[in-house]
Amino acid sequence: MVVNAIWLFLLGSGVLVAAAQGKVEVVTTAALEASKTAVNIAFELIGLMTLWLGLLKIAEKAGLVEMLANGMKPITVRLFPSIPRNHPAIGAVVMNLSANMLGLGSAATPFGLKAMQELQKLNPNPDVASDAQCTFLGLNTACITLIPATIIGIRAAAGSGNPTEIVGPTIVATSFSTVVAIVADRYFRARAARRRR
Amino acid sequence: MTAALMNEISRWAIPLLLVAIPTIAYLRGVRVYEAFVEGAQEGFQTAVKIIPFLVGMLVAISIFRASGAMNLLVYVLDPVIRLIGAPVEILPLALMRPLSGGGALGLAAELISTHGPDSLIGRMSSIMQGSTDTTFYVLTVYFGSVGIRQYRHALTLGLLADISGLVASIVLANWLFG
Repeated sequence: MVVNAIWLFLLGSGVLVAAAQGKVEVVTTAALEASKTAVNIAFELIGLMTLWLGLLKIAEKAGLVEMLANGMKPITVRLFPSIPRNHPAIGAVVMNLSANMLGLGSAATPFGLKAMQELQKLNPNPDVASDAQCTFLGLNTACITLIPATIIGIRAAAGSGNPTEIVGPTIVATSFSTVVAIVADRYFRARAARRRR
Repeated sequence: MTAALMNEISRWAIPLLLVAIPTIAYLRGVRVYEAFVEGAQEGFQTAVKIIPFLVGMLVAISIFRASGAMNLLVYVLDPVIRLIGAPVEILPLALMRPLSGGGALGLAAELISTHGPDSLIGRMSSIMQGSTDTTFYVLTVYFGSVGIRQYRHALTLGLLADISGLVASIVLANWLFG
């Protein structure tokens, strides 16, 4: 399990390095502060989640999510073969990826969590990530970004002569990482299928 | 011109969504306020459910950063980053990006203001910031919200996406602006 090894590495190397410098108390402060930060993040998410999930429900009832999901069907059917057609998971996945593309971070997370919940309903082992959930996560972190809004703002604030000149390269770089994620996902999925047999 | 347009899109996107979705829904006969409240109810549980996952991950990352272990890793990886043609200054950002969104944004802002937004480092860090994601955060929050503890190949997949975004940013910046 990669995540266990990385987690232990972060903790272990941190304590070791701090101790070697004779400032091991830094670890205590960092740990206490970070646990507070984590809860604060979750608290901020409560408001965001509530707002966007409410809006998502309106969009669902109006048939808007279905329209968007239908439009993207040729792509999603290939990427998520295990999700039945017309399952609500597709709509939430598409909403999340669209929000990501437009750089709407505050909307992307709530839609993404909703998508995970829908995918979880199809997951036979609730403790273990399903193929579709892994694919979704990979796509989400790679996701093509059309408008990197935050960084454009920072560049403009720093007095750039052309704050948006990085948009083109960003689209190319994220398209590349999306392709890498899709190809790697196919490989991992095939490997998992072979092991199951 | 494009800058102004992009800026306007960013400014208007959320207000437009907030008015367009309920308006269209209302015209289609949806009881919009009741639908909103119905959907919104799920918000709280989801946010609370991710707390254990978030605390575990953020504490480890924070200890790693504060102790200086991350700087040590930057030092060790320095020859590798030189090999793919990136300036050394960019390395802390590259390492921070998958771990901490706030931390990476801070580093990128600092690089941009120190070296100038239109310098090679400024441009490279801008592309990098837009092309990679806070994989650990996404993984923790998304899987945490449904109680998944075994991530299978998702972490490798996320990190692969980050690394390819990273390398692409470096290559593109060098090619276009170097």
